[in-house]
Amino acid sequence: MPQYLLSVWHDEDYVVDFSTPEAQDRVAQVAAFNDELQRSGAWVFAAGLHPASSATVVRSSGGQVSMTDGPYAETKEQMGGFWIIQAADLDVALDLAARGAAASGGPIEVRPMQG
Amino acid sequence: MTETLDGVFRREAGRCTATLIRVLGDIDLAEDAVAEAFAIAAEQWPKRGIPPNPGGWITTTARNRAIDRLRRESTRVDRYIAAYEMHTRDTDPDATPEREALDRFVDVVPDDQLRLMFLCCHPALAADSQVALTLRLLGGLDTGEIASAFLLPEATIAQRLVRAKRKLRDNHAPYRIPDAAELPDRLHAVLASIYLIYTEGHTATAGPALTRVDLSTEAIRFGRVLATLMPDEPEVIGLLALMLLTESRRSSRVDAQGSMVRLADQDRSRWNPNLIDEGHGLVQACLRRNQPGPFQIQAAIAAVHTDAPKAADTDWSQIVALYDQLYAIQPNPVVALNRAVAVGALDGPSAGLDALANVNLDDYQPYHAARADLLARAERNDEAITAYDRAIELTANSAEREFLTRQRQHATSTP
Repeated sequence: MPQYLLSVWHDEDYVVDFSTPEAQDRVAQVAAFNDELQRSGAWVFAAGLHPASSATVVRSSGGQVSMTDGPYAETKEQMGGFWIIQAADLDVALDLAARGAAASGGPIEVRPMQG
Repeated sequence: MTETLDGVFRREAGRCTATLIRVLGDIDLAEDAVAEAFAIAAEQWPKRGIPPNPGGWITTTARNRAIDRLRRESTRVDRYIAAYEMHTRDTDPDATPEREALDRFVDVVPDDQLRLMFLCCHPALAADSQVALTLRLLGGLDTGEIASAFLLPEATIAQRLVRAKRKLRDNHAPYRIPDAAELPDRLHAVLASIYLIYTEGHTATAGPALTRVDLSTEAIRFGRVLATLMPDEPEVIGLLALMLLTESRRSSRVDAQGSMVRLADQDRSRWNPNLIDEGHGLVQACLRRNQPGPFQIQAAIAAVHTDAPKAADTDWSQIVALYDQLYAIQPNPVVALNRAVAVGALDGPSAGLDALANVNLDDYQPYHAARADLLARAERNDEAITAYDRAIELTANSAEREFLTRQRQHATSTP
C-alpha cells in the first residue's frame, strides 16, 4: 500500500507550554487521532520534534565532515512533527491529513513516499 | 461518408482516453495508445470507410495496441496486469458473458469521463494545471493548441502537463467519482475549471482578439457532457445555462473594427436566439428545482439581460435582487462590484458609487472601468479620467484598451 509523509508545520519560534489547558487539549486530540490511525491500520510511525533550533546540520564532502548549527532550511516555517501512514490512495491520505490538521491545529503537508 | 476523422476525434478522443486510463491504469500509456489508434484510423478509414461505432473502434484499437506494447516492454506488464485485475473485479454489472464473447470490445463506460474530469480537477493540482490537463485529456487538444489558446510558450504548457501527471501518479491519485460527502467540493472544482476555460475564451486576458472561439466552444462541450452525466446536479445545469446565455451575445460583443461593445450598446438582433432559448429552458428547470447556487444565479442574471429587447427594458431591480442573493452565498468583492453596477443602472450613478464605496479591488481592471463609468455619468469627469487611466494601465487586451480609451476621450470632451 502507498505510504505518505504527513508533516506538521508551524512558525520557527513556536513554543508550547504544555501546562496550559489549550496545549493539554491539543495533546489529547493528537493522541485520539493516533489511536484512530492505529485502529484503522493506517499507522506506520509518528513523532513530534524538538524545536528547529535544536537541529545540527552535518555535511560530508570529499571525506571532510563539517557540522554547523541548524536548522538546514532558514525559513520562518519549520517542521514540528510528522506521521508516516499507509493509505489506499491519495484521497484516503488527504482525508486523514484533514483530520490530523484538525487535531494538531497546524497545516499538514502530504507527500508520497517512493517505492 | 458523412463524418470526418476530425469530427470523430473532437467527439471521441476524451471519451476514449478516459476509458483507456481506467483499463490501463496509466495516463501516459492511455494517451499514447489513443494517439496511435487515431493514426491508424487516419490511414485506414479513408480507404475502408468510417466504422459504424468509431469511438468503440478507436478504444478497442488503442487497447490492443497498448497490450502489444506492454508485452514488448515486459517491465510494464506487471503494472498493467495489476490495473487490469483491479478493473475486472468491479466490471460493469450489466455485462453478459455472450456479449463479452461476441466482441473483444472495450466497454466505454460513461462514468469514465466523469472519473477523468474529477482526476483532472483534483484539488491537489493548481488551477492552471487543472485547466491544462482538462483541455489535454478530455478535450484532446495538443500542447501547442493549449499554449496558443493561453498565449503561453509551448514549453510552459508541456512542463505544466508533465508535472501534473507526475504528481497524480506519484501520489497514487484514485480514478473514481467522489462519494456523496466530498462531491459538492470536488464538483465545484470541476465547474470552476470549466468556467475558467470558458471565460478565458470569452475575454482573452491578453492579445489582439477579444474572443477566442476554441476555448469557449471546448468549455461548452465539457458543460454539455457534464450535464448529460450529472443531470441531477443543479449547479452543473446552471453552469451550462450561464455559458450558453453568455455565448448567445458573442457576435455582438465586438464591432466591425474589432473593438469591444458593452452590453448596453450591443445590437440585440444579433444575439443567438437558439442559445438563448436553450439557456432559458435550463434556468427555468433550475428555478423549479429551487436549490440555488452561484452558477444558477449568474445564469438567471444573464437570462434577465437576454429577456430585454432593448437595453432600456432591462429589469434592473430583479438583477439587483439576484446579486443580493449571490452576495449572500459568495460575499466577495467581485460580486459586490457587479451588484454596484446594477444598482447604478437601477438608482443612478451616485447610488452605484455608494454601493462601490466599501469595495476594494485596486488591481482589478473591471473595478476601475466600472467606477470610471459611474463617475462619468455622475459628471465627476476629473475623477472619471483618473479611473480610466488606471483601468487602461491594467488591461492587457487591446480591444478592451481601445474601448476604454474612447470612453476616456468622451469624458475629457464633456464639460
